[in-house]
Amino acid sequence: MIFIHSIIHAKHLQFFTLSTMLSLLCFLLSLLFLLLLPCLRPCFSAKGSLKDKKKIDKGTYVVGEEEPPKGLRRELMPRHVAVIMDGNRRWAKQAGLLTSQGYEAGAKRLIEFAELCFKLGINTVSAFAFSTENWGRHKIEVKCLMYLFQRYLKSKIQFFQSKEIRVSVIGNLAKIPESLLGIITEIEDATKSYKKKHLILAIDYSGRFDILRACKSIVKKSEQGLIREEEVDETLLERELQTKCTEFPSPDLLIRTSGEQRISNFFLWQLAYTELFFSPVLWPDFDKDKLLDALDSYQRRERRFGCRV
Amino acid sequence: MAELPGQIRRMSGGISQLIEQIYGFSRRCLFRVISMGPIPSHLAFIMDGNRRYAKKHSLEDGSGHQAGFSALMSMLQYCYELGIKYVTIYAFSIDNFRRKPEEVQSLMDLMLEKIKSLLEKESIVHQYGIRVYFIGNLALLNDQVRAAAEKVMKATAKNSRVVLLICIAYNSTDEIVQAVKKSCINTSDNIEASGNYKHEDRDSDIEGTDMENQEKRIQLVDIEENMRMSVAPDPDILVRSSGETRLSNFLLWQTGNTQLFSPAALWPEIGLKHLLWAVLNFQRNHSYLEKRKKQL
Repeated sequence: MIFIHSIIHAKHLQFFTLSTMLSLLCFLLSLLFLLLLPCLRPCFSAKGSLKDKKKIDKGTYVVGEEEPPKGLRRELMPRHVAVIMDGNRRWAKQAGLLTSQGYEAGAKRLIEFAELCFKLGINTVSAFAFSTENWGRHKIEVKCLMYLFQRYLKSKIQFFQSKEIRVSVIGNLAKIPESLLGIITEIEDATKSYKKKHLILAIDYSGRFDILRACKSIVKKSEQGLIREEEVDETLLERELQTKCTEFPSPDLLIRTSGEQRISNFFLWQLAYTELFFSPVLWPDFDKDKLLDALDSYQRRERRFGCRV
Repeated sequence: MAELPGQIRRMSGGISQLIEQIYGFSRRCLFRVISMGPIPSHLAFIMDGNRRYAKKHSLEDGSGHQAGFSALMSMLQYCYELGIKYVTIYAFSIDNFRRKPEEVQSLMDLMLEKIKSLLEKESIVHQYGIRVYFIGNLALLNDQVRAAAEKVMKATAKNSRVVLLICIAYNSTDEIVQAVKKSCINTSDNIEASGNYKHEDRDSDIEGTDMENQEKRIQLVDIEENMRMSVAPDPDILVRSSGETRLSNFLLWQTGNTQLFSPAALWPEIGLKHLLWAVLNFQRNHSYLEKRKKQL
């Protein structure tokens, strides 16, 4: 009898423990849900923040070099826009295409993007085409990318010349194929005299390597007696970075597509005061409307540089 | 009858204490669940929005920063309870010296008061065994604040559980420039040393060895070692409050692969839910980032 009682008691105890654990788990999950619920709206700020902003009037956009679309002010246009063209492979996967086709679509999008920026009065456009870290990707993919750069740059030389767009390539460039290096030299020489529009392609680029190279160059010069240690300051270092090829080395606006919120070792020094814009759209889908949204967001921001409120 | 208000006060005090304890217990249980996944080892905060908070609530100047300090203490408590080892905060930028002199002075006074309070027995430093570093161009601070900062660093030097890095009179570009200057000084010291050596060794191919030594010295220039932030690993997450998405010259070298998060809340409004969201997002991206690190 006692034995049966103790079994029933044990079973009740087991049941009691199990139900306590389940209720504790439910309580914790509901607490987590309640705590996170208010976060959901602010965390989709890339889309949500544009909801109550003025709608861009696409109908009155006049194609030409003088008129920005309504809602955007020419005097508030950034002078230098940088872009991290993320999402080509995901775009290809979603569309059921090959990765190489994703990259082709991305390259095409870059040319359209740059042209549009220049039409809106933006002087410099820089694009993160290939990071030093991308060498870690599959060999075939890397080879395909290098070949794409070569083919695309070669086919566009006349285009850049006709549109008077200066093209510069920055990066380590130590590992890229000789043939691509040749095309880069050719295109840089062919377009070096143009001043109003500048397209900078970062190929085999790393923000850290850029800073490190500038630092080593300064140390070497100091060793050779060309500069004194007291003369080393921010302006001097900035002049040693690879962005010395442009009048506006610091981007006013950086756009990164595909929803990732990281710099991924693109410009580091140069992004000190840059406005960052993260778009959930994949790069090949980043069309004129998305660019206008990004510029609208930029123009509404209050840039304080640490001072006024 | 006269005892009744006192009794009610005691009761409500007791109830609020109980609620606080229940809340604390639930929070720690929640942290236990979350820490089954990967936890970031280093979190950085740009504490933006204190002045706008004061304006929004029509408070007097300076109250926004006081509210911001309370928010900071809560955030530190949550971070250390969750098991995050390094927390960096952007307390005062070199650019902020260009604000109105009264505001700068009031900020310096507030920082002096709070730095001194870190040494008190009940402070969070003793509660969690925090080692405190003050990172920045401390020469730009007034003597009192600098002395207080150095005292705190010395007093907490033996703590090793968790680390708090307070960036004060800090700019990332200044940090890099100072690192370069240090490297210039180091290499010129090395030149002097090897110059003495040269005189003793006239028969060797001096030119050849000279070039080799020059290259070696430049290779040895390790900017990273000379950076003030080298005492901590790179941040895993950078949180900037008030909805602004820019780095404002903070940890530029260190945040190349850091997850950025910019909640719309002003700094005094920041809370547990923002931290949880940042950590959960980090956990979501963690496996992809680890795969990329292995590729390098």
